[in-house]
Amino acid sequence: MNLEKVVFGFFIILAMTLNFGFVIGELDNVAHHHVYELFAVVVVNLIATVLKFGERTQIGAIHLATSFVADLQLIAAAAVWAVAVHITDTGLTPPVMASIVSLAAGALMANVLSVIILIIETVLFHR
Amino acid sequence: MHSVLFLVLRRMRLPLILLISSYAVSILGMSLVPGVDGNGNPTPGMSLFHAFYFVSYTATTIGFGEIPTVFSEAQRAWALVTIYMTVLVWLYSIGTILALLQDPAFRRVIKSSTFERAVRRLRQPFYIICGCGETGGLLMQALDNRNQQAVVLDIDPERIGELDLGQYHFDIPALTADVRLPENIVAAGLNHPSCAGVIALTNDDQANLAVAVAAKLLRPELPVLCRADRLETAGNMASFGTEEIVNAFEAFGEHLAMALHSPGQHLLYDWLTDIPGQPLSEPLRPPRGKWIICGYGRFGKAVVRNLRREGIELVIIEADPATTDCDDCIIGSGTEAHTLIEAGIKNAVGIVAGTDNDVNNLSIVMTARELEPELFMVLRQNRHANAPLFQRFGAAVTMQSADIVGHEFLSLLTTPLLSRFFVRCKERPDDWANELLSRIAAVIGDTVPEVWDVELSRENAVAIRQAMDLDMELTLHDLIRDPRDRDAYLPCIPLMLGNSEALLPDLETPLFPGDRILFCGDKDARGRQVLALRNLKVLNYLHSGTDSPGGWFWQWLARRPQSSPGSRLH
Repeated sequence: MNLEKVVFGFFIILAMTLNFGFVIGELDNVAHHHVYELFAVVVVNLIATVLKFGERTQIGAIHLATSFVADLQLIAAAAVWAVAVHITDTGLTPPVMASIVSLAAGALMANVLSVIILIIETVLFHR
Repeated sequence: MHSVLFLVLRRMRLPLILLISSYAVSILGMSLVPGVDGNGNPTPGMSLFHAFYFVSYTATTIGFGEIPTVFSEAQRAWALVTIYMTVLVWLYSIGTILALLQDPAFRRVIKSSTFERAVRRLRQPFYIICGCGETGGLLMQALDNRNQQAVVLDIDPERIGELDLGQYHFDIPALTADVRLPENIVAAGLNHPSCAGVIALTNDDQANLAVAVAAKLLRPELPVLCRADRLETAGNMASFGTEEIVNAFEAFGEHLAMALHSPGQHLLYDWLTDIPGQPLSEPLRPPRGKWIICGYGRFGKAVVRNLRREGIELVIIEADPATTDCDDCIIGSGTEAHTLIEAGIKNAVGIVAGTDNDVNNLSIVMTARELEPELFMVLRQNRHANAPLFQRFGAAVTMQSADIVGHEFLSLLTTPLLSRFFVRCKERPDDWANELLSRIAAVIGDTVPEVWDVELSRENAVAIRQAMDLDMELTLHDLIRDPRDRDAYLPCIPLMLGNSEALLPDLETPLFPGDRILFCGDKDARGRQVLALRNLKVLNYLHSGTDSPGGWFWQWLARRPQSSPGSRLH
């Protein structure tokens, strides 16, 4: 067992689970999506991205790419949130919430892919 | 791409993760800690957006302090934690990342990838120059003057750094690299379609050999030009098809012999291979009689071989006859007066100071000048750093390897016809060369002429081909008329026809497609000649003296029967 691999796997899976937790619920219902959950997803995703730096393999490159996609989508979601609440007077209306959650759902796809790649990599390694 | 880049990325992991974590903790805490409003009533605390804003300006030590309401005591306590945690982590992380960017290995990777990109983008033919010491520098300057692109490799970072100080028209891609490694030559564009040739002129014979082998194996059709200081290396290079091998010592010996038997030919060679625009050199007139050769190493042997062929009487002085295989020589270094007197300096006409030690060489000629001031002195200079001493002494000939190799390569590269011209010249008497010299001086003036060859191909001389398609009978005459006034001539001389190798061709020689002609002349002359080669109207004016009509209207006007054929229309 390798501690580095444990930490690596932990963050990638945590990114996916947190992301799932944020997305699940009614798309435009403000009560179903908490801001701290989005915060946690962003932070864990950023850490997962940094952990993927410096992998030389082809699989490592795909890993990094999926992470970048997830980061991009999540930061966009957070930005929409901040703009709606603080910069314009829109507030968290159902349409705003819907666009935040759909952006985060996109990130979830990327995170799921990332986990699938992780599993494939592990299977290949053991063969 | 390169392992170093991945290493750097890997080493950035820890600082970046620390940075993200400390931000996350601070922002989270700041948003959870309750605050107060203007009236002292408790509020739920900052939103995440405000907390991120606060942490961002705190961590980076910018310290805005612009959040509207006063902090509660709890918020102040957490702000303290935030400050000490994030500021330290920020400084550490940014410091580490900046240090990584300054990492020599990382910078090297960046440099070599910029170099490779620059080489990949080259669109015009270029030469790969391995080694940019004195010879390389000279060659680069001259290639640059003649509008030839070069790519440079050298093992010494200082020399590569000096390139930035040089004044070149071209942007010359340069890289600090060991040319003995084939991957470096490939990076310099060996497999690039525009690569025109490889030139190896490091001062290490083995490195030059390695370059030649690599180039000949990877791109057998490319010309390879090599410097070789040892005869064995030269033989080795020739054995696998290296096109041109220049041995500075041998070349110098041959030139000295040439100066002895035909000074005019020697001066002609000097003028046509020197850097254009410099003042013309004076003729060299080594006397016939007894010569003393000091030092029988690689240089001494080459000089002795060539002077003996001229039938010159020689006395050799050598300090170590056993290792240099010198069977008939006076033992000594030549720096002492008694050795020189023993060698018969009193009735000698010339002396060659050719040891591999600059101080000894200077000492030899200074002693010799004391004894016999009128001697013809040939002085070998090994190190460029000693140049001021050698200039001050002012021997009749100062031999410098870098200079000789540079000139040889230059004539081989820029004008392939020139070396064949010299071969033909040697068949002519010396008076012929003297006549040509005075003609060059009269036509071009007192600076080194430019030498170029013109190929009447579709790409280089489109007007010539068009004119031939129109059945114009062009002669060499048309190429040397001045486009500004056809009754005047350009300051240039046609030296040789490429196909027949006829020297100084007659001006009435008809031109044919594919002909190559070697010219020497003024720099402006070359530029103006190009006008005639590329523009049919100019060529037509030079040929017939009439300006042909340009637009379709004027052409139609000219075709009408009443317009006289010789009328000048613009």
